[in-house]
Amino acid sequence: MLDKLKDFSSHFFVTGEPMIYGADVAILLTLAGIIFVLTYLKKWKWLWREWLTTVDHKKIGIMYMLSSLLMLFRGGVDALLMRMQLAFPQWHFLDSNHYNEIFTTHGTIMILFMAMPLMFAFFNIVVPLQIGARDVAYPFLNAVSFWLFFFGAMLFNLSFVIGGSPDAGWLSYPPLSGMQFSPGPGQDFYIWGIQISGIGSLASGINFIMTILKMRAPGMKLMHMPLFTWSVLASCIIIIFAFPVLTVTLALLFIDRFFDGHLFTMTGGGNPMMYINLIWMWGHPEVYIVVLPAFGIFSEIVATFSQKKIFGYKSMVFSMMIISVLSYFTWVHHFFTMGAGANVNVFFAITTMAIGIPTGVKVFNWLFTMFRGRIQMTQPMLWTIAFIPCFVVGGATGVMLSAAPADYQYHNSYFLVAHFHQVLIGGVVFGFFAGLYYWWPKMFGFKLNDRLGKWAFWTWNIGFYVCFMPQYALGFMGMTRRIYTYDFDMGWGPLNVISTVGAFFMGIGFIFQAWQILHGIKYGERDVTGDPWNGRTLEWSIPSPPPHYNFAVIPTVTGQDAWWTIKEERKKKKAKETAAFSPIHMPKNSGIPFIMSIFWFIAGFGLTFHWVWVAIFGLTGVGACLLARSFQYNSDYYIPVDEIQHTEDSVGRVG
Amino acid sequence: MAYATAHHEEHHHEHDEEIKVMGFWIFLVTDCILFGALFATYAVLVNHTAGGLTGKEFFEVPGFVSETFILLTSSFTSGLAVLSMHKGKIKPLIGWLIVTLLLGVCFVGLEIHEFQTMVHEGATISTSAFFTAFYTLVSTHGLHVSVGIIWMISITIQLKRYGITSVTKRKVTIISLYWHFLDAVWIFLYTVVYLMGVM
Repeated sequence: MLDKLKDFSSHFFVTGEPMIYGADVAILLTLAGIIFVLTYLKKWKWLWREWLTTVDHKKIGIMYMLSSLLMLFRGGVDALLMRMQLAFPQWHFLDSNHYNEIFTTHGTIMILFMAMPLMFAFFNIVVPLQIGARDVAYPFLNAVSFWLFFFGAMLFNLSFVIGGSPDAGWLSYPPLSGMQFSPGPGQDFYIWGIQISGIGSLASGINFIMTILKMRAPGMKLMHMPLFTWSVLASCIIIIFAFPVLTVTLALLFIDRFFDGHLFTMTGGGNPMMYINLIWMWGHPEVYIVVLPAFGIFSEIVATFSQKKIFGYKSMVFSMMIISVLSYFTWVHHFFTMGAGANVNVFFAITTMAIGIPTGVKVFNWLFTMFRGRIQMTQPMLWTIAFIPCFVVGGATGVMLSAAPADYQYHNSYFLVAHFHQVLIGGVVFGFFAGLYYWWPKMFGFKLNDRLGKWAFWTWNIGFYVCFMPQYALGFMGMTRRIYTYDFDMGWGPLNVISTVGAFFMGIGFIFQAWQILHGIKYGERDVTGDPWNGRTLEWSIPSPPPHYNFAVIPTVTGQDAWWTIKEERKKKKAKETAAFSPIHMPKNSGIPFIMSIFWFIAGFGLTFHWVWVAIFGLTGVGACLLARSFQYNSDYYIPVDEIQHTEDSVGRVG
Repeated sequence: MAYATAHHEEHHHEHDEEIKVMGFWIFLVTDCILFGALFATYAVLVNHTAGGLTGKEFFEVPGFVSETFILLTSSFTSGLAVLSMHKGKIKPLIGWLIVTLLLGVCFVGLEIHEFQTMVHEGATISTSAFFTAFYTLVSTHGLHVSVGIIWMISITIQLKRYGITSVTKRKVTIISLYWHFLDAVWIFLYTVVYLMGVM
């Protein structure tokens, strides 16, 4: 009995790696610490009432942001471990299997559990405020989305200490990810971690489309919407077309693994290339899903800090819509070497190059907005300006890659690795950082320190170029991706050392940012106006942080840059308008999203270990939660006028 | 004041229900894509039978034709349920919903029976790529129908309890949309999988 238990636990828990033992201890200590602090400060009830059951889009946004920053840390540590391993030829810092696990989790976490949730954080925090709404279209579903993402991410991360991490690459191509070559639970952790959070993403896509189409303040026509909101709409349109394909792809892979199917295994007549087509039908649009909101953020920031209306508003909207359609016709460029034939490759080469056109239009519009503007070099603006050259180089190397014949040379080389990091870090990460600095005062009511911010900015930027420019060269020198070590005589050593140094610079940049946040909590410059940047859109018209009903009185919009217009009018009239409050309709908090997602987690865990009864228990729980919600009829309430009056008075607003 | 709140409430509810129905339409778009991907997979693998066993040897015309008739009839009866709802008649509404879900149960039963026979005769999900794709596609539809049945039972109970209100009205509208959608998907299944399979 004892032997059996020992045997089980040595398979169940990951053993034999000193770093993982360290992580085990760290995880246990952190958990114990959290439990102790919550109990000591008697905060359990507060946690449950204010956060775990909340349906407030702003709080959900903040939770998205915190979890994604945590994931940025984990993915970043993965990156540094990889760069350590590759720094010198014939180096044995990690063994090959561990290295495979790390590049797999690095890619998966950075795209799905860092970029996506950070994007949803902005959706949640900004969109309802920009369109003058009190909430999203489906507040309950919104909470479900968040908790599904959260528990999906937790399930994925658990593989680190229980069962073993996936090691078949971030997109898990079969046959490598099939039962034959990946017999352990790692691959199933991958499938269910992503599947569960993916359902949440799909629901968010539907939610925000409806929010934008149906919840806008009176008078706000589509062509009056702020560009960030437009970018969210474009991104959500891609989400609803791309994510079902991901759901199917992962389900098919699971069917192959669990039911011994033959969709992707050659032995039964299956076709592994079909998996690669399917996953990239989701995977390439995914790139635009995360980058379009970043474009939206840049558009807001450029206009605000050039103190000008955005240049070429209509062409901005148009280009985003074109990108959202074209994004669906480029997936084959990920495998020009598949042998699809010249005509297919030419089609996808042209569509890929074509996507550079609307993107170029946007870059010129940002530049023309800055032209003759009174530019203020604030932190958000710094990141925006750094983004432009970075993205231009990334875009140019992308066009190089999209030339199908040349791609036979670059395919799977470090040139490619450098390219996609350049567009994803330069475009998405810089964009989301800019957005964080920009909306931070709105979220928390204080600004982040400028000096620390500049240190973070420069270490990140210098680190970025030092890290990735050598990789372009390494690609041309023949270094391929996914190798864990190389020989002295390849001549790749020096450039790899430089690249590793750059990666550590970016790590230091991240530390500066963490410091900046802690510093801000204590000493941050408070924002009492609600409009610290002299903004142009409606989110700046309300106090920061906003009261839970957002707008005491829903504004009436007459054109673009609604808040700017209101401010101009107020200057002319010099009179404060008084408006009567009326009771506000709000959704009640609910514990169901949280509990249901725990059941999803249990189901996912059971399916990962192929414990059918655990999975059935989990799925039954999910069904029970859905039924419980269906029978819930009193899920909303009214905030009385007195309470609104009181809240508005306390933040210094006279109604 | 009381009047204002009541008026507000009514207005809000109608707006909310309308938004929920529209959102469901978008959900159906995503479900279309999901089935589209599965159909594409099936189309790629339809001739990948490895050992030679094909659908032709297993698909039984009376079986899938009766499944089709049952499902089409259930779509019709769910339509009748919605018509009764618009007339404000609760009893026929509940009655037609029960008929619909019973037909749904028959459909799922027949499908399970069909699968059992096939497995018994040696065509399992791991026989070949073709059969994996077949079982995946058809049972995804079957799973949708099964979820729909449980959902419809829950709505029927709610109708009994609360009668026809703006909330239950919306719920019936949504489930009938869902049911018609599954019917449409089945027509494609019937054509692409079964008819083309036996021809």
